[in-house]
Amino acid sequence: MAALILEARGLNRHFGGVRAVDGVDIALRTGEVHALIGPNGAGKTTLVGLLSGRIAADAGSILLGGEEIVHLPAHRRVRKGIAYTFQITSIYPRLTVAENVDLARGGIEDLARVGLADRAEQVAGSLSYGHQRLLEVAMGLALKPRVLILDEPTQGLSEGEVAGFRALVRQITPATTVLLIEHNMDVVMDLADRITVLDFGRVLARGTPAEIRADAAVQAAYLGGDDAAA
Amino acid sequence: MTARILALHLAVLAALFAAQFVLPSYHVTSLARIMVLAVFAMGYNIAFGYTGLLSLGHALFFAAGMYGAGLPALHFGVGGGTALILGLLAGGALAGAAGLLALRTAGVSFMIVTLMFAQAGYLTILYFAEYTRGNDGFPVPATARSLFGFALSGDRMRYMTALLLFSAAMLACLALVRSRFGRIMVAMRENEERSRMLGYNPYAVKLTALAISGLYAGLAGAAYALLFGYAGASFAGIQYSILPLLYVLTGGAGTVLGPLVGTAVMFWLTDIASGLTSAWLMVVGVALVALTLFAPRGMLGLIRERWAKWLP
Amino acid sequence: MSFGPFLLLALMEGMVMAAVLALTAVGLSLVFGTMRVVNVAHGEFFMLGAVIAWFVADHLGGAAWMNFAVALVVAPLVVAAIAVLADRLVLRRLNYEPEATIVATIGLLYILQQAALSLFGPDARPVPAPFELRLQLPWFGWSGYKVFVILAAGAILLAVWFLMTRTRAGLIMRATQIDRDTARAFGIDTDKVYALVFGLGAGLAALGAVLVVPIQQAHYLMGGDPLLLSFIVVIIGGLGSIRGTLVAALVIGLSDGVIAMFYTATLAKILATLLVALVLVFRPQGLFGAKA
Repeated sequence: MAALILEARGLNRHFGGVRAVDGVDIALRTGEVHALIGPNGAGKTTLVGLLSGRIAADAGSILLGGEEIVHLPAHRRVRKGIAYTFQITSIYPRLTVAENVDLARGGIEDLARVGLADRAEQVAGSLSYGHQRLLEVAMGLALKPRVLILDEPTQGLSEGEVAGFRALVRQITPATTVLLIEHNMDVVMDLADRITVLDFGRVLARGTPAEIRADAAVQAAYLGGDDAAA
Repeated sequence: MTARILALHLAVLAALFAAQFVLPSYHVTSLARIMVLAVFAMGYNIAFGYTGLLSLGHALFFAAGMYGAGLPALHFGVGGGTALILGLLAGGALAGAAGLLALRTAGVSFMIVTLMFAQAGYLTILYFAEYTRGNDGFPVPATARSLFGFALSGDRMRYMTALLLFSAAMLACLALVRSRFGRIMVAMRENEERSRMLGYNPYAVKLTALAISGLYAGLAGAAYALLFGYAGASFAGIQYSILPLLYVLTGGAGTVLGPLVGTAVMFWLTDIASGLTSAWLMVVGVALVALTLFAPRGMLGLIRERWAKWLP
Repeated sequence: MSFGPFLLLALMEGMVMAAVLALTAVGLSLVFGTMRVVNVAHGEFFMLGAVIAWFVADHLGGAAWMNFAVALVVAPLVVAAIAVLADRLVLRRLNYEPEATIVATIGLLYILQQAALSLFGPDARPVPAPFELRLQLPWFGWSGYKVFVILAAGAILLAVWFLMTRTRAGLIMRATQIDRDTARAFGIDTDKVYALVFGLGAGLAALGAVLVVPIQQAHYLMGGDPLLLSFIVVIIGGLGSIRGTLVAALVIGLSDGVIAMFYTATLAKILATLLVALVLVFRPQGLFGAKA
């Protein structure tokens, strides 16, 4: 079994009476693409919020490369190597593309990886939606993270852009470990080495794409529902 | 590009140097006052224009400089240089202390918290009237109104000191906003959450920016006391929190020269208006409303947007 | 005078202050609650109310009670009209963006202050009380008019409460407060609601001023204290909550009266402003509401 880069145990987070994340364990193997799926409201975004430090955990432990980071604020975790790209695109719209990636301590080579090198001097807010998402991924890559969390990266992208995104993820692994929240099951089944399925804040199932596809509980809860795209 | 920027700013300083030989003496005194207030506005701009911190309490830091320099001069007879440094540090220290608490809030809450801190500071000056001379204020003793043996009360020396302090403040501001840290300040203003998730600590960045802003305000307050010879509680009032905001909005928030332009324009505008109708309050009021409605980017902001994208 | 009666007097004066403060602060709170606008010019609406009361008393030349009655109607209406105009011309065009609105209302503050200075002059001017009645207590005498102020403020606040909770207009205002876009989708003319709420808030401040002006005199700079105290009350009481505002007005009004009598007014104000700042720093969520 490959070494674990990120290992979270017993993560809990309640909002009022709602158990958004309820005793979740999750472990990422170095270099894998690990997909996180589940119905809307299953706790996916809360879980990655806990991992990235945007949301404080009520209980639990998070080890990054064997080091406990659960008590660290978000910006310190980023420095330790956890990068997060937002579900709703979050860039600096009034700065240029080059300035955006510079703030992520990156340069033109990071823009080149996502195919935005020729737009470096453009104001980021004037990019198309798809290009803004790519810029955000470039900023994530520029941080040279050990774990890159992509929160619904293909949402709103055209088919051509989705294909480009798949190629990009294949290119950045296994140098970078990727945690992917994704609704598009084609993308998940194509890219993921392993999948964790969340439902009502708990882990419902975990395994390879083939195992998940065959899992009866998952089919009942999720794949059989109207969310299924596969 | 860097050469062009440096040339522009040095040209402005050269013009200010030349102005004292060209302008009639009344305007030379006004310009000295404008330069000191512009240092205050420049400090305000570092917090508001670049970092996005809309403070309504900067009078507190200006007054900290003014009293930080004036009180030791009054009670312990310290000299001009020491008083200036004490004022500078008092402004920075108070801004840092206020920021520790106020920066736990944001937006409207931040505005009100800073307003309340400044109000408490103003009232504190009145409360300790025994030492501060309260509303009446006090003339700064002559011992403190000299630098390196030159009296600051003379027109020439006063103007040159104001110009020297302004030049230092402006070049430092230029260096700051063009530095890595300056770009991170702007990043906080533009998108704080994104900046956090790029590994920057918003609290630390904003606190540093506010403390630097306080150093500027403190320097300006101290210089005002020494150059114009008076310290009084009115400089701690809400009005002196609004004025730098007005100057910066007029000149252009987030531009290095905006504070100077805004201070000069508003200073002369209120000067002309008070000559005509004693209606300077009206000028300030109308300017604030008109700026928010029609020119939220200010004069230099507009120029940068339209013609000179390179303007820092 | 021994301690007991002294405290009683302090409490009674505090009640008058609390009553006027409640009117002013509820106006500010309504505006923030519904429109999310922090109106820095609120104190100037208060000042205008007092100044207009003086103009009415000075120019009408009738009996004191008649002048007062006219002022009680005219002042709030004129001030409300000015506020509606300010909303139309300025606030709406800023789309109620919080920071721009604050800067604009600061500008409005200066404009109104200057207008009052130019038209009214720099002197403080007294307005006669509508009636003279002295209540003789065993230890000291007290103005009957002050009792009237407390009762009148109570009645007006009751009317506001009735308006907000028992009428269709109040329902519409609360609906707009909860969600402006949804309210608009349901056919509520939110522009009109905002204008009316801004007018109502200003009118309440003016009413408070008309009540207080026979005790305090009209002056163009008198808006500062009511603004500061209203802020304190509204923030401590929880913004947008009328009940919280009332309780806080009572507490602040009474304690300010008492503290000012035993210590200095300046120290009381220093403590109150610091308290507001600390409340905002350490309990912001409960005070500025969750929805922004």
